[in-house]
Amino acid sequence: MASTSIAPQLSRPLNRLALATLPIILALLVTLIIIVLVGAPPLAVLQRMVEGAFGDDVRRADVIAAWVPLTLCSVGLLLTFTAGLWNIGIEGQIVLGAIGATWVVRTFPSLPAPLLLPLVLLGAALFGAAWGWLAGVLKVYGNVHEIFGGLGLNFVAIGLTNYLIFGPWSQPGRATVSGTEPYPPNAWLPTLEPLRVSPAAVALSLVVLLIVYFSLRGTTWGLQLKAIGHNIRSAFLLGIHTQRNMLLAFALCGACAGLAGAVQTTVTYHRLIPAISSGYGYLAILVALLSAFRAVWVAPIAFVFAALSLGSRPLQIELNLDSSLGGVIQGVLVLMVVIVQGFRKRVR
Amino acid sequence: MKVELRDITKTFGSVAANDHISLNVDAGTIHGLLGENGAGKSTLMKILSGFFSANSGTTVLNDRPVQYHTPLEALAHGIGMLHQDPLDFPPLSVLDNFMLGERGFIQPRVSARRKLLDTARHLHFKLEPDSLVSTLTPGERQQLEIARLLARGAEVLILDEPTTGISQPQKVQLFATLKHLAGEGKTIIFVTHKLEDVEELCQRVTVLRHGKVVGEVARPFSAQALVRMMFGQALPRVAHPVFYFDETRLRVRDLAVADRRLRLDGVSFDVRAGEVLGFAGLEGSGQRLVLRACGGLLRALHGAIELGGLNLVGRHYRNFLQCGIAYLPAERLGEGLVSGLDLSEHFELARRSRDIVIDWSRARSLSEAKIQEYNIRGRPDSSVEDLSGGNQQRALLALLPVNLKLLLLEQPTRGLDIESASWVWAQLMARRSQGTAIIFISADLDEVLTYADNIIVFSGGHISAPVPARETSVEEIGNLMAGKQFAAN
Repeated sequence: MASTSIAPQLSRPLNRLALATLPIILALLVTLIIIVLVGAPPLAVLQRMVEGAFGDDVRRADVIAAWVPLTLCSVGLLLTFTAGLWNIGIEGQIVLGAIGATWVVRTFPSLPAPLLLPLVLLGAALFGAAWGWLAGVLKVYGNVHEIFGGLGLNFVAIGLTNYLIFGPWSQPGRATVSGTEPYPPNAWLPTLEPLRVSPAAVALSLVVLLIVYFSLRGTTWGLQLKAIGHNIRSAFLLGIHTQRNMLLAFALCGACAGLAGAVQTTVTYHRLIPAISSGYGYLAILVALLSAFRAVWVAPIAFVFAALSLGSRPLQIELNLDSSLGGVIQGVLVLMVVIVQGFRKRVR
Repeated sequence: MKVELRDITKTFGSVAANDHISLNVDAGTIHGLLGENGAGKSTLMKILSGFFSANSGTTVLNDRPVQYHTPLEALAHGIGMLHQDPLDFPPLSVLDNFMLGERGFIQPRVSARRKLLDTARHLHFKLEPDSLVSTLTPGERQQLEIARLLARGAEVLILDEPTTGISQPQKVQLFATLKHLAGEGKTIIFVTHKLEDVEELCQRVTVLRHGKVVGEVARPFSAQALVRMMFGQALPRVAHPVFYFDETRLRVRDLAVADRRLRLDGVSFDVRAGEVLGFAGLEGSGQRLVLRACGGLLRALHGAIELGGLNLVGRHYRNFLQCGIAYLPAERLGEGLVSGLDLSEHFELARRSRDIVIDWSRARSLSEAKIQEYNIRGRPDSSVEDLSGGNQQRALLALLPVNLKLLLLEQPTRGLDIESASWVWAQLMARRSQGTAIIFISADLDEVLTYADNIIVFSGGHISAPVPARETSVEEIGNLMAGKQFAAN
């Protein structure tokens, strides 16, 4: 009796470990094959990538700076994924956040920084939330699947940015792809000069991460979202407000994405540019998938992804490889995880 | 073509959908296959038509054993099936649908069009090759499918519940077509749970129950005998005391409910506090519509559902909940429980508390108490999908609020063993003695006769007056279910 009860306990962590590492090993293998196929020396590639991400203080700080918006978006997606929703519209929600931030800066250009910056963050969160809520309204009341609604809203958001940059918010005398006029310095979130990382932004994303972690784990609302995500019919019969909660999940995810948009404008670019989202929304979907929708895993996985993205940048110059290799590794990793999970389900 | 199925067994998991079934159908006859939902009719016919493979058993066509594994191969052997839900392609044209499944890479449309028109003319169907299938009525879609199967050389036509959802004139035409085809030597197998269809059309009928053949009879049919075969013999009944309170708990007046297939009008009945009301009827006769309307899950077209003087028609489901009405669905994992969540999470959700933060240690001890009280074989952290059917039903009962005004149940003991079933009823009887009114649907006539105080029988969109369970018999209920002796109600 004792041996039968201990055996599963022993094998379960081992199984878990195997299941967690197998996709990584497979992904590295596939990446290795790709690198060999394009005729690059694998060890040199690895070395350059590590250097590219962690070679000096500036690079290390850049990884953390990229980690901030990526984490904000991934954390927001935990809410929608928990409710069983694919919030592809997160890209547009980042963009709307950036637009909201820019609107606040343009409306109150001379407010002192301690007043202006919280207002900027608030405006960005509200704009992002509204855009997320819109995807939810389309889903809940219009019966438009959130993937299609979100994709459509992404294009509208990009169109809106371009209209603003080339129209009403264009630089005086010349409208260019380089974006709107730079923010005044009082709208810049302070960074640790000469590094490009803002301690306030890092703190903000950690706070948001903790709030979401706690909401999903310890609150009635989080439990209700989980029930909706697993079986919306049963959740409804149990008396849960399914529609209201889905809308709320969309809006709050949009708020997180909007904050990411604010970080993009107030820390990184100091203006609104056409590609303001840097693709962090789509990347965050991969992070959330890889984390199996668990908040504790989001921070480390987002860090690895940020490092992969930045680490592959020098490859272009130094090894004449395309810098999209980082993206390939990220994509292959997620594919492998999904394949291993699917395989496990079939075996069960 | 003569069709023989010998000793067919098909299991899904641990459930035997077909348990050593044998069936003989002669060429040129219309053979009925009768049974309640879940009796195994559709499974058997899907095996014959190549949709499923049997675990064991043989298919013999014209005295020759055959083997096939896909609908395409079955059709090559001359067997075609019309499924209950049409498996056609609504966005495509009638001609496209007619041509689908034709072999060959290049398909000449001109000759296919001629073939379609010829087949349709022969069957007296009016099929317009260029109209879209999405614009056709269900009856016309059936005609298209029949034409397609015949043009592809079907000698055996299987029709699965074809009269559900088509209009009366279309039904008349369908029956005429089938008789005409049988006269030409085609073999027709007609799957149904409707006695009137069998009486009108079939020469012989085989009755299935719980995956087994319970009998085969030829014309003339006795509706009573068929009902008894479908539902089983009534066991000697234990007389239970009828006791309920004088207070009328639920008043339903002139209620109209409808779904795509069926509409009921003028439904009126009362339920008193502590009364157990059973809804009997062949599945799909409207009892589920009325029950869902009473639970706030289906919006009534008009009429009144009054609880404590308050008319709930048009209100949101949550208002029904707040009034003390609870609904226990038949699909425990589909609508009742949330797969992936454990028992404590369920109990915490069902509390519907206003607490923002969950006290997990209290939730766990609450769920441990409930597990003990309701004798659930599971732990607070057991996922509900890992529980057995009986334990899932116990969990669902444990999730119900304590002081309910009205409890509505679909198939409360379906799929449960005898011990779990009698435990469930002990729980329900305890609730009724505290004044909860209970309405339940059951496909098991014995269950209805044993536990209900009064029975309302549903048949073809009509309801009977309440029949006191103590004064009735399987025969009387069976006749009502078959649509006989229906009063003006």
